[in-house]
Amino acid sequence: MSDAATTERYEVGKHPELPPPLLASGPIYWVRTNLFSSWYNVFLTLLGAWFVWSIVPPLLEWGIFDAVFEAADRAGCQALGDGACWAFIHERFKIFIYGFYPEPERWRVIVAFVLLFVALGPLLFDKFPYRGKAMLFSLAYPFVAAWLLLGGFGLTPVGTDQFGGTLLNIIVGVTGIVISLPIGILLALGRASDMPVLRMICVSFIEFIRGVPLITLLFVASTMLSYFLPPGTSFDLLLRVLIMVTLFSSGYMAEVIRGGLQAIPRGQYEAADSMGLKYWQSMRLIVLPQALKISIPGIVNTFIGLFKDTTLVIIIGLLDILGMGRASLADAKWAGLSTEVYLSIALFFFLFCFAMSRYSLYLESKLETGHRN
Amino acid sequence: MALLIAFIAYITSNAIANLKLLGKTFSFDFLAMPAHYDINQTLIEYSSKSTHFRAGVVGILNTLLVAFWGVILATILGFIFGILRLSPNWLVSRIVYCFVEFTRNVPVLLHILLIHGIVVHVLPQPRAAKEWANFGDAMFFTNRGVFSPMPVPEAGFSWVIGAFVAAVIFAFFFRKWAKARLDATGKPLPVFWISFGAIIGLPLLVYLVLGAPLTWNIPELKGFNFRGGFVIRPEFLALWLALSFYTSAFIAEIVRAGILAVSKGQWEASSALGMPRSRTLNLIIIPQALRVIVPPLTSQYLNLTKNSSLAIAIGYMDIVATVGGITLMQTGKEMETMIIVILFYLTVSLCISAIMNWYNQRIKLVER
Repeated sequence: MSDAATTERYEVGKHPELPPPLLASGPIYWVRTNLFSSWYNVFLTLLGAWFVWSIVPPLLEWGIFDAVFEAADRAGCQALGDGACWAFIHERFKIFIYGFYPEPERWRVIVAFVLLFVALGPLLFDKFPYRGKAMLFSLAYPFVAAWLLLGGFGLTPVGTDQFGGTLLNIIVGVTGIVISLPIGILLALGRASDMPVLRMICVSFIEFIRGVPLITLLFVASTMLSYFLPPGTSFDLLLRVLIMVTLFSSGYMAEVIRGGLQAIPRGQYEAADSMGLKYWQSMRLIVLPQALKISIPGIVNTFIGLFKDTTLVIIIGLLDILGMGRASLADAKWAGLSTEVYLSIALFFFLFCFAMSRYSLYLESKLETGHRN
Repeated sequence: MALLIAFIAYITSNAIANLKLLGKTFSFDFLAMPAHYDINQTLIEYSSKSTHFRAGVVGILNTLLVAFWGVILATILGFIFGILRLSPNWLVSRIVYCFVEFTRNVPVLLHILLIHGIVVHVLPQPRAAKEWANFGDAMFFTNRGVFSPMPVPEAGFSWVIGAFVAAVIFAFFFRKWAKARLDATGKPLPVFWISFGAIIGLPLLVYLVLGAPLTWNIPELKGFNFRGGFVIRPEFLALWLALSFYTSAFIAEIVRAGILAVSKGQWEASSALGMPRSRTLNLIIIPQALRVIVPPLTSQYLNLTKNSSLAIAIGYMDIVATVGGITLMQTGKEMETMIIVILFYLTVSLCISAIMNWYNQRIKLVER
């Protein structure tokens, strides 16, 4: 600030315009306030910069610049460069995606996958064109997908033991997500109900599910479940896994929704009662819309958790994408490439889960009606 | 209700019929039989001649071991990341953001396998470790585990422990006395530094006066592997680090949300009363943030404990791998072993919930 401008006398309204203070805006100001505002911030910045410098360039060098994308085997990779050997992923890509799904029938998986998005569209975005009619397709989708994937009625049948790779993750994840939400809502309502026996059953079911790791439930599904069925019957392992995964995530879902139910003020219930609404009417029209809105972040978190947990099926011998990756490590031609394989799978999960968490942020901001204090 | 009872009766009758059909009986006799398998990491004495019961106990201890250390490391890392995430420093908070988002959105099983792969493939063989993964000829990072010196107490070391206990007791009463003085006279004392000095200084003084009654058992390379010292096995290392990193990302978000939940007015009110920043944080902000942090923190601890069951994927012998894995395979007692495993996890979950609920009650705001 120039002294001359401030000490000189001017008539009212004749003061010349001053330039903006140099250090109150612009990049220098930003750097000063965000990176070097105090001595420990300088220290932190330098530490952070050193960290980035020591991690990122070697990683880029390993992953991109020195990496090999096309080679016949590990030795070929090592001959071409000393970075990552992505050629292996390139070669196994199809197996990671489809598992052992028969080669000529793979178009059915693609069609089912594309239709999944068509079916999800009207459910997720309210500006979807012809939403009402598209919803009907969403309802029919599970049957269409089952027909496409399993075959029959004109298509070659494919056994569930041939499902694998990401196909398996998506089947288990989507089924679990879709079915666990209604079951979770029912369990949460049961837990909040006035009937002591129903409440007790729901509480013990939820607490049991939440107290036990998913792995033990999957073990139960693979080894023990057949004991509880009539002698002589047995059903598909994938189906058993689907049931267990669904039950597991509906336990968690119930707790999330219970939180939402508890956050609804008593007055809402009482107002619904005094309007003469029946229990289900008041739940459907008054309580659940508000409760579900509040619990959206928790619901999406449960979905993300469930999708990540689909990898656990490898413990009981199903070959999902992680199982395929692990099995392919045994190939002697490509020995010792675990980092590359696991990192690519990690990227796959990261993309899916990160997209889901972004969607939850979008939904939260859309449903925010300003009623919350 | 009647339906439920009918359902339970139905599946029980099915189970009995099935067991009879397979010629199996429902009994826990197998627990007393010798296990005939080895466990690579045991906290208590165990050999392949020990019983299945003892194998189960070894497994339980291994689970608890990794859960205990995992909870500690995850909490420390989680609080550090959570606070750094809120740092006004743009660069640091971005770095932590990237780490947290990446870690949270990748399955924990993948973390375990990835870190295990790195430990096994990237760390050197014991022989090569002598050359480059060697810290002062005492600590070695190898693909067979981390070998570090193990302290061996000699005669007189119990005095040092005694001094430590005495210092802790002193710190406890000093704290009470300082609080009473503060209430009576309004004069604060640097309680933390005095207690800290006593707890560290007194044992150190006794240790030095007695002439350092402690020797170190340093690992040595013999043949193909190191002998002696304290070993952290690669399976434990991978599982521990993976669980801690994974959980710490969640804890970081919880801590961040907790601190943000305390309204700005609290900071301003406290500084209007003339409180210094450290006391504002200690007396105003943290107590209120903890109220928000503790309940979700509890479920993260539970998740970590339950996720430790993934140990089976890398061959760490926890309860699922011993009782639910090898014992099940050997004896064919699916029902009994699974019941043991499930009951164990339920008990642990209930215990952790109970402890954290008690803590939550203590820090709850007393509303009048």
